Amino acid sequence: MTAMRPAVEAKGVTRVFRGTGQDSVRALDNVSVAIRENEFFTLLGPSGCGKTTLLRLIAGFDFPTDGEILLYGQDIAPLPPFKRPVNTVFQSYALFPHMTVADNIGFGLKMLGRPKVEIEARVDAMLKLVHMQELKNRRTSQISGGQQQRVALARALAPQPKVLLLDEPLSALDYKLRKEMQIELKRLQHETGITFIFVTHDQEEALTMSDRIAVMSSGNILQVGTPWDVYDHPAERFVADFIGETNFLTGTVENAGNGQAQVALRSGAKICATAAVDFRAGSNATLMVRPEHAKLVKGRGDLSGTIENIVYFGTDTHIHVRLDEGDVFMVRQQNSRSAGCGFENGTRVGISIGDDAAQLLKD
Amino acid sequence: MGTAKEVAEQAERDDIRLRWLLSAPALLIVFLAALGPLLIVVVYSFLTPGNYGDVKWQFSTDAWVSVLFERDVFDDTLSFATAYLSIFWRSVSLSLATTVLTLILGFPTAYFIATRPDHRRDIWLFLITIPFWTNLLIRTFAMQEVLRNDGIINSALQLLGITDHPVQLMYTNFAVLAGMVYVFLPLMVLPLYASMEKIDFRLVEAGYDLYATRFEVLRRIIIPLVTPGIVAGSILVFIPSLGAYVTPRVLGGGTNLMIGNLIELQFGQGRNWPLGAALSITLMVIVMVALLFYVRNTTRSDGAHG
Repeated sequence: MTAMRPAVEAKGVTRVFRGTGQDSVRALDNVSVAIRENEFFTLLGPSGCGKTTLLRLIAGFDFPTDGEILLYGQDIAPLPPFKRPVNTVFQSYALFPHMTVADNIGFGLKMLGRPKVEIEARVDAMLKLVHMQELKNRRTSQISGGQQQRVALARALAPQPKVLLLDEPLSALDYKLRKEMQIELKRLQHETGITFIFVTHDQEEALTMSDRIAVMSSGNILQVGTPWDVYDHPAERFVADFIGETNFLTGTVENAGNGQAQVALRSGAKICATAAVDFRAGSNATLMVRPEHAKLVKGRGDLSGTIENIVYFGTDTHIHVRLDEGDVFMVRQQNSRSAGCGFENGTRVGISIGDDAAQLLKD
Repeated sequence: MGTAKEVAEQAERDDIRLRWLLSAPALLIVFLAALGPLLIVVVYSFLTPGNYGDVKWQFSTDAWVSVLFERDVFDDTLSFATAYLSIFWRSVSLSLATTVLTLILGFPTAYFIATRPDHRRDIWLFLITIPFWTNLLIRTFAMQEVLRNDGIINSALQLLGITDHPVQLMYTNFAVLAGMVYVFLPLMVLPLYASMEKIDFRLVEAGYDLYATRFEVLRRIIIPLVTPGIVAGSILVFIPSLGAYVTPRVLGGGTNLMIGNLIELQFGQGRNWPLGAALSITLMVIVMVALLFYVRNTTRSDGAHG
């Protein structure tokens, strides 16, 4: 793993959009990231965080104000898109409306000047890969959204790019189809062995599909890691808040070291937590506890409060507890078929936080 | 069940009646203002010319015969007339040239406007429509100022020492063509812009992404998508230029007549209304045939979509 050269590498990439007059927008601010070969890499962040800008810089639709973009070590930043061996699946698919499904898929190969026989064979193989053989000669306006999605994928994969860029390709699909396509995309990535760079604002999608995720916010990459890293060991508060549901507690660090810390909460309880960076004893800090890592208890716990709301979700139940200090704390409890959640609105409960449940964050 | 069906049928009948009622004013105008006069023109073309213009109510096919043939004054034999045909030919070829030139000039213009940011497109469109504010006649005379022997072009040529005597530009086919291109250019730009504006420019990006060069993107993506605009613009330019009257009169002088001038001549000095009527109908038939041919050919290719 260590010897592997990154497929795509951004080095100190900045992109400033000049607006009218004085205001200019810094869409990317000195961003550096290395994406490995054969990796399913996701750029995750809220809209306006710069994830699409970074993707467009890699595709060549836009050029960086500063910095380098390397493809297998070669700087491609000044090349026009038609000279880059990368292909894009667009958010709106951008299928050519005046061509058939087969012509769309074969377009890239045709532009590369491949012989007709090869193009036909490759188009057929692609149609088979995305299970669309019957619709070969249809116009793209005559097929459904999910089918268009498959054609867009096949079209981008047909020229066998070194890297496939996907710009929120699933956002236009309904929930069930999206789930199906997520699995489909994973399968395609596995079968083709192509590096996928996937842009999304949907954290659930990012967690289920990616090998690694880069969490972005206002032009910066905050953390790069596996889904498990970013979910359970977020580097900072924004990451913890953006990915999944989280409870935040404030407290004072009592003693810290070796990535561990003991924190005194305002309720008086002392909790053990892991720490992403070293904290000084005596400083104020934010503590993060995922709802599924806390437990409701009938007696005294680390925290205490009154149940305010119980929300049933099928697989689990979310119980909102108004803490004595005033904040709301959410606990997620797995459901069972035979018994209810065991608690009622308005009752006083304790919340127990396990040794491994909490993480200290920098703000 | 039966009543529900009856109600639905009644609603449908009402709907149809309402539709006719609403389109009645438009239909009335079409019948009275377009088909009516057209019928008069057809009838007049089969009558005998009066001595001082007007017509005599006497059936005659002379007008139609003289569209194509010349009757010998002495022995009444018919020979193929080339005079009118050459005028028809000049009209068609000048109009075709006008259409092609406006397309060549208008396409990049429309593309430029369509790719500007939203708020700036309006300004460019506004600039394109400014010539419409000035009377056609005045614009044509302005063109004369440009093309005259001591006009802008010739002065510039002489000043630069390219020629020592003025080049004859006025009263040539070139002058007529230049005038018509100038006058009809906005009519090409506007429909081209209208269909370019609808292009999803992500398709252009998709083209680049799939290894198409700028030329290939133009050829395989933009032009096919703009075909409806090209068809509309060509029709809007070709038809009025075929019937152009002011421009060839002012810039072409007496020697470079087009069909419009020929028809006017029959109703004026020529005092041959039936011939004028026959020529008008001939012009209309040419236009209709050209149109049918053009539309059928352009919509059959893969340029057709949506």
